Amino acid sequence: MYYPTYARRSDPFALMRSMLRDFDPFTPPGRARPVFPAVNVWQGDDAVAITAELPGIDPVDIDISVKDNVLTLSGERKAPQVPEGARWHCNERSFGRFTRAIRLPFAASDDKVEARMVHGVLRIVVGRPEEDKPKKIEIKAA
Amino acid sequence: MSSDMTRSADKTLDKTPAETPETTTGGRIYRPLTDIVETDDGVTLMLEMPGVAAGDVNVTLEKRVLTVRGKVHTRTPEKLQLAYAEYGEGDFERAFTLSDDFDPDRIVAEVGNGVLTLTLPRAAEAQPRKIAVKGA
Repeated sequence: MYYPTYARRSDPFALMRSMLRDFDPFTPPGRARPVFPAVNVWQGDDAVAITAELPGIDPVDIDISVKDNVLTLSGERKAPQVPEGARWHCNERSFGRFTRAIRLPFAASDDKVEARMVHGVLRIVVGRPEEDKPKKIEIKAA
Repeated sequence: MSSDMTRSADKTLDKTPAETPETTTGGRIYRPLTDIVETDDGVTLMLEMPGVAAGDVNVTLEKRVLTVRGKVHTRTPEKLQLAYAEYGEGDFERAFTLSDDFDPDRIVAEVGNGVLTLTLPRAAEAQPRKIAVKGA
């Protein structure tokens, strides 16, 4: 394997680092995780919809904000209240604060954003502003 | 309590497919992430089932096997096409083997915000009885 960084020889540790990257057993390629929440993005002519699975989160604890073309989704997953002395047998769910920024294909204004939460699935619909919509240009006959 | 519980939890965010035979409809079945807490009164299971309404949950207890199924009604938004997907949608299914000291008639199941909470009270006779020691 050829390591181009080593060819420059300016950094004596460059080779070691690039080799470690190749053999890094902890981050499998293509699985840069964890990102929460996972989102699905739906696109249409007039709007973009973002859906995310947020089970166990009260809609009150979710914050959605839009600035220019970046939509930020943040909130907190609260750990369940368990009585004292309870024994955990299985702990697969995770809790804590989360934040995620999603780039939209257009700059949206706040009043064009609509969010709805049904059974732990969040659905945000961002309307496309009129001025961003493609305009049809008519060709005049000579 | 069960073999399912002791299995080390996969900490990745990806939804894990359930270990069930494939469906005839081609739909996917996922294994809901679960928290299980035991107290002296019983066991509480919390299963993450986003998109499942209370009426679409099916909980059965047969021969000590507690099976939980949740049906997801996928709603494809009109006029929109899926452009980018990080998670899949599908039904949820998971089964647990219980120790047999649970009263099947008293299992309480409730769904809130996409989390199914199952409360399994221990059968009365199985509750540890405290024996008072009298002073002489």
